[in-house]
Amino acid sequence: MSYTGILSQLLQVALALALAPLLMGWINQCRAWLSNKRAPPITLPYRTIVKLFHKDAVVANNASGVFRIAPYVMFGSMACAAAIVPSIATDLPFAAAADAIALVGLFALARVFIALAAMDIGTAFGSLGARREMFVGFLAEPALLMVLFTVALISNSTSLPTIVETLAHRELVIYPSLAFAGVAFTMVSLAENARIPIDNPATHLELTMIHEAMVLEYSARHLALIEWASALKLFNYSCIGLALFLPFGIAEGSGDWIAIALAMPALIGKLLVGGVALAFIETVSAKLRIFRAPEFLGTAFLLAVLAMLVNQLLGA
Amino acid sequence: MNAAAFSTLDATLLVVLAWMIIGSIGIALPRRLTLIAHVLFPASAAVSAMLVVIGAMALLGSPHTAVLPLGLPSLPFHVRLDPLAAFFLVVLGAASAGISLFSAGYFRSSEGTPPGLVCLQYHVFLAAMAFVLVADDAYAFMVAWETMALASFFLVTTDHRHPEIRRAGFLYLLIAHVGAIAILLCFGVLQDPGGDYTFANMRAVHRDGAWPSIAFFLALVGFGAKAGVVPLHVWLPEAHPAAPSPVSALMSGVMLKTAIYGLLRVTFDLLHTQVWWWGAIALAVGLVTALYGVIFATVQTDMKRLLAYSSIENIGIIVTGIGLAILFNTYGKELLAAVALTAVLYHTINHALFKSLLFLATGSVLHSTRERSLGKLGGLIHRMPWVAWLALIGTLASAGLPPLNGFVSEWLLLQAFLFTPSLPQSFINMLVPLAAAALVLAAALAGYVMVKFFGIIFLGQPRENTLAYAHDAGRFERVALCVLAVACVLLGVLPVQVIGLLDRVNQALVGSTVGGHGGSWVLLAPIAPDRASYSPLIVLVVIVAVVLLTIQVVHRYYHGRLRRGAPWDCGFPLQTPRMQDTAEGFGQPIRQVFEIFFRIERHLPSPFDNAPRYTVRVEDRWWYLLYAPVATAVDFLARLIGLIQQGRIAVYLLYSFATLIALLYLVR
Repeated sequence: MSYTGILSQLLQVALALALAPLLMGWINQCRAWLSNKRAPPITLPYRTIVKLFHKDAVVANNASGVFRIAPYVMFGSMACAAAIVPSIATDLPFAAAADAIALVGLFALARVFIALAAMDIGTAFGSLGARREMFVGFLAEPALLMVLFTVALISNSTSLPTIVETLAHRELVIYPSLAFAGVAFTMVSLAENARIPIDNPATHLELTMIHEAMVLEYSARHLALIEWASALKLFNYSCIGLALFLPFGIAEGSGDWIAIALAMPALIGKLLVGGVALAFIETVSAKLRIFRAPEFLGTAFLLAVLAMLVNQLLGA
Repeated sequence: MNAAAFSTLDATLLVVLAWMIIGSIGIALPRRLTLIAHVLFPASAAVSAMLVVIGAMALLGSPHTAVLPLGLPSLPFHVRLDPLAAFFLVVLGAASAGISLFSAGYFRSSEGTPPGLVCLQYHVFLAAMAFVLVADDAYAFMVAWETMALASFFLVTTDHRHPEIRRAGFLYLLIAHVGAIAILLCFGVLQDPGGDYTFANMRAVHRDGAWPSIAFFLALVGFGAKAGVVPLHVWLPEAHPAAPSPVSALMSGVMLKTAIYGLLRVTFDLLHTQVWWWGAIALAVGLVTALYGVIFATVQTDMKRLLAYSSIENIGIIVTGIGLAILFNTYGKELLAAVALTAVLYHTINHALFKSLLFLATGSVLHSTRERSLGKLGGLIHRMPWVAWLALIGTLASAGLPPLNGFVSEWLLLQAFLFTPSLPQSFINMLVPLAAAALVLAAALAGYVMVKFFGIIFLGQPRENTLAYAHDAGRFERVALCVLAVACVLLGVLPVQVIGLLDRVNQALVGSTVGGHGGSWVLLAPIAPDRASYSPLIVLVVIVAVVLLTIQVVHRYYHGRLRRGAPWDCGFPLQTPRMQDTAEGFGQPIRQVFEIFFRIERHLPSPFDNAPRYTVRVEDRWWYLLYAPVATAVDFLARLIGLIQQGRIAVYLLYSFATLIALLYLVR
């Protein structure tokens, strides 16, 4: 372990924390443009978070400690996840402590805590949201793991930096297994980040919401942390996708500060394009009924398994 | 071996003896509740703790054997303590230490059976389990195995005044004996031609042809019946809710594991050879069991039934790991076999601890509220904070979340799956990704089950008014739950040290070890550090540090002001506890997606009903596919035999006379 490694690790986490709300703002802007609306400023998520931090927290009378600790646990797991995903550098000492499977575990930890917190107050919407979140999660989580397994089999390692280094040095052709995995991963990311077609981040319509139903009871600093953590989650998923399927421009080796400096604009560029793509998908698709979600996620799961089979049997 | 020295085997036998003595004191003074609760059960817990130490020492030492002057005159009991047995002794000791301590505060005099008798049955059960593990011939093994089954049967029917509890006990006894017959036949196949039933001779005998496969199948059926492998699982969800909670914990946490021990003993030790498709079959059976168990767990409305189905799931995961280990072993991949086997053993001890913790927590809830149905609980975290927070640790461990122990074993098993492509069989290479997919599906559903379990019991608003009088667990119970929770955390964050011990078993069974491949004391790297590594301690420290740092920063730079108010809930004015999700409601999406697995009888009210009623019954299809036809056939045969029973003495005399004539003719 080297000091430069720790430094680049910290730099990456700081970058994730800083850029995550910006990505959210960019996507919202693109969505507004695509649907012919006047766009909100790109910095709106920052202002929301700061505003929420200044407010007094209101907590329901019968809230227990689970309710109050959950936002911190969610934020903590997402920050740890941001440290593992190679977004600008692959020299990440912390990534040795948690590989791709542990990354999925961290996401699951955040999900379970927020679902428990949603059930804590005992309101109708809270438990409804918790149930739906776990319902989406039970299909999305295996699909995500299968995607990661496919790339792990290609690179013979479950360590994310090694995976990224292997993928970045492969010949630049379209591999069928990676194509299947890429489609599956996109579908999973939509579901996991509460985007259309599974959930709608902009709605508070009772019958359709999932994520918003879970966090209805939160206010002030707790809500700010949840919003920030959600943005961070989206950022993490985007970075996983970019690192697996467009692994170019990420700095390799330790202490190569020029490469890291070049990796940052590359990342921002890729995120800008990715944000447009996400906004486009969201604009052209409609939200599914909750009971169509298993079909959507089941498709993702099957595609991911197919990717693994293709890789295993054909080596492609 | 130095005969004069006091070996770990002697110490183990002393533990068995100590348990028998404690049980005997209990039966001698059957109504002295204070003595039994506050002296005997804590003493038994201390004995269990000693067993952990003895087991760990035996794990590091060399195998010991002895012949006991017990049993039939020409058939003395052989005993042997090797690393495999020692590991399961550690499991037994660790789980029973917590459970006995909990029992000290749990058993009351009002439960049908007098406390002294319960004390005897409980300790005979413990002693029999320990003896199963050290038995070194088929005779001693079967005697201990049957003692274990009988003792647990009486414990299940502790509260025998209820007919459904007697029914559950009978079902358990029936399936236990179907399994015991299969095990007996398995030993019959394995015996050496001279009729010698010691395990040492079984190891030496080399059978050819189909015999090893027949023995494997008999072992899979026999031990599978005890472990709860589908389709022999039906007794678990009946017997666990019927039994008192410490007994459920002991059965689910430890007794199921003795079946895993038996399966490992036969397949990896007694049989000299293995065939690859045994592994494929164990893999398939394990996956079906895991998925079946977890899907049924999601729709349960009784908290102990939910945990029983969750145990079926975990047994499925363990059997899957055994299948994978057999596969690797037959292809000569000892290192991968060792990884799979480590996952099996690790999951065995993990499940023993977190499932005991959860069953004991349900025991506290049951005592405090007299309610087992999830639909009538809720909000207990306020009334029972100790039980709730400790149960949360068990819940997270059971859901397989990092950095707790459930995740470590799942991680190891997934690693074993990921390194499969090196196998020479293309059929297996295709099967394995599908198996891995099924396994992660089961693991993800386990998260759903656990959120349901914890959320409905401990969170939300109390669904009944009586819950306002619930009280927290007593002193003994709290300490017991703490012990188990701490064990879960330690197993979660110190995998390298645990695997250092497990490697002795790996070395003995598959001849390879997992440790020593480039990891460090804090970094687990089963194959090589650049292929896969995991360090739960660092993950835990980092998460806790980030959480604390965030709390500090938020409070320092902003403020920590907090106000309590009524829940918002989108501004709806009326919010009653009835508006929360029920247990049925929480499981409903899964019920709908996996409808094909269930046999559902549902009655929906029409919109014009004045007194609308909604009922739903979710049943196991296996009852109707497998058990009902068998029961009908047995019934039919019994009625045929009934035809010759006329109830008149003259007819019976005629039968005897005819038999006598026939025999005289035949023998002459």
